[in-house]
Amino acid sequence: MTALAALFVRDVRLAIRVGGGGGIGVLFFLIVVTLMPFAIGPDLALLGRIGPAILWLGALLASLLTLDRLLAMDQEDGSLDLMLTGRSPLELAVAAKALAHWLTTGLPLVIAAPLLGLFLNLDLGSSGAVALTLLAGTPALTFIGLIGAALSVTLRRGGLLLAVLVMPLTVPVLIFGVAASNAALVGPLPFGTPFTILCALTLISIVVGTFAAATALRHGME
Amino acid sequence: MRLLGTQLVCVRGGRQVFAGLDFDVGAGEALVVTGRNGAGKSSLLRMIAGFVRTAGGLLELRHGDPELTLPEQAHYLGHQDALKPSLSVAENLDFWARYLGAEAPGRDGLEAVGLGAVAALPAAYLSAGQRRRLSIARLVAVQRPLWLLDEPTSALDRAAQETLAGLMRAHLAGGGLIVAAAHGPIGLADTKELRLEEAP
Amino acid sequence: MPIIDLANPTRFLRFAERALPWLAGLTLLAFAAGLNLTLGAPDDYQQGATVKIMFIHVPSAWLGMGIWALMTIAALGTLVWRHPLADVAAKAAAPVGAAFTLLCLVTGSLWGRPMWGAYWVWDARLTSVLVLFLMYLGVMALWRTVDDPARAGRAAAILTLVGAINLPIIKFSVDWWNTLHQPASVLRLAGPSIHPSILIPLLAMTLAFVLLFLALHLAAMRNEILRRRVRSLMMMQAQTAPGSGS
Repeated sequence: MTALAALFVRDVRLAIRVGGGGGIGVLFFLIVVTLMPFAIGPDLALLGRIGPAILWLGALLASLLTLDRLLAMDQEDGSLDLMLTGRSPLELAVAAKALAHWLTTGLPLVIAAPLLGLFLNLDLGSSGAVALTLLAGTPALTFIGLIGAALSVTLRRGGLLLAVLVMPLTVPVLIFGVAASNAALVGPLPFGTPFTILCALTLISIVVGTFAAATALRHGME
Repeated sequence: MRLLGTQLVCVRGGRQVFAGLDFDVGAGEALVVTGRNGAGKSSLLRMIAGFVRTAGGLLELRHGDPELTLPEQAHYLGHQDALKPSLSVAENLDFWARYLGAEAPGRDGLEAVGLGAVAALPAAYLSAGQRRRLSIARLVAVQRPLWLLDEPTSALDRAAQETLAGLMRAHLAGGGLIVAAAHGPIGLADTKELRLEEAP
Repeated sequence: MPIIDLANPTRFLRFAERALPWLAGLTLLAFAAGLNLTLGAPDDYQQGATVKIMFIHVPSAWLGMGIWALMTIAALGTLVWRHPLADVAAKAAAPVGAAFTLLCLVTGSLWGRPMWGAYWVWDARLTSVLVLFLMYLGVMALWRTVDDPARAGRAAAILTLVGAINLPIIKFSVDWWNTLHQPASVLRLAGPSIHPSILIPLLAMTLAFVLLFLALHLAAMRNEILRRRVRSLMMMQAQTAPGSGS
């Protein structure tokens, strides 16, 4: 376990030090959410109704676009090679990396969501509900994005390719995340139904993402 | 302990790099892989380290730890230093020491390569030679029987080359194995040589 | 001491050490006087005591914009005159400017809450300030991304200048966007004419805020110079250590 803990600590440190770009995700989230009303118009009633959707879309983009460098940096400086000679399974190693990434990028999004809810005329209860769904759903986004990060490393193409590969896979998470938020806001569904499905999707994504990413890395190494 | 390669074939990017390669390295022996650029020296090392799949042939480490795979018993020192510039020198080494398997990383590694004085500095401020020394410190910090060194003397000054030669001699004396790719001498007295010729 | 001497970082440090206690003291005095005058100012006949938020809101809005102007001059100093302290001044100003802008946003939303019934409406002025805040965060992110201060300084200077050109355009567009969507229903935060009983405390508070900024900026510049010295000392230490030659 120490090996994985060391990897986790290293990635958290890298994210919060100068040049790590740990806060960029939240900044991106803030800007996306701020831009929406400029396109939609400052109609508070409308913003309040589609607020959860805006927050979810912003969080989705912020989670996925920051994943681009997660594995690519380790590949460029040779760290990924050495990780293959480690004694912990590659699946757990990429999971530790994804967890560190979620902690430094995903969790700040969850914390920022209620604050951004104010901009979108969401009351405190609804903002809390959206934050709760994000807390349950953003790990799914990170682990689905991990597959794209691994594929883009092996294909040596980064950036938008990752988003193109991964975004279709995030559709279910988006559906049930927004559905749960809206259920808390207006009903008529009980909050628990979509929220439970969202949690299930997250658990599935953690397993599938981890194995798919490790497989992609193993097969793509040259 | 013996590292055996029999009838190895390497294909990269659709091109056959080498074929029918045999070698044999025993405990306390060093094998120097030579050959012109593109002959497959690096590919062979990466193949032993498990990064490149064999297109044919067999690689095995006899009398090694039966619970570990070959790559898990090998140290790979490649062209890239695998260092993070924003972490300090000590943090970089500690991470690899923990990740690659040592229970309690010590300062011996840094002292052995003469970087004890800069342990607290960010790795970003190191010169190419110092970065190389820091990579070499990894070999000392974690005990692994097989060292795979890809042109280990590049970027090293004379003093550092001698330090490395000393570390290699100590490793061999302790029953370790070394496979090194090199253009020139690596500072060891008697080594086996494996010459890679271009595949016909 | 002629002002040109301050271009030398060592002299600047000495100046900062001497000036900081005085500035801090003056700031405290100005705040004491300003707050005193503020408490004496009359309440609004509609808004009651909430109108007093203005005495923090308006100075911080002015400072938020003024600090960007200062950063613009510093950016010219970096790019055109290559002044050694210009990028230090710019870097030190950004977080302080962001803090004042945030203060303006928070006080604005608290002030508007009773009138609007919500903490935030997309009021034209407040929205422009929000965009300004985002640009401050962008500049700070740029400084944090690049380790080498010289490179980061030039990049940040270009971004600051572009921002200075774009801010009026943004302000105009946001006004237009807002009036397009909400004709004449926008609440105006300050009336067109200000009675002296309001104006004098407002100016006093503005003076206090400016002094606070000067003190914070001077301290931040000193810290930045020291931080850069530590950085070059560390690089020197790495160079003199064994094996630095390659």
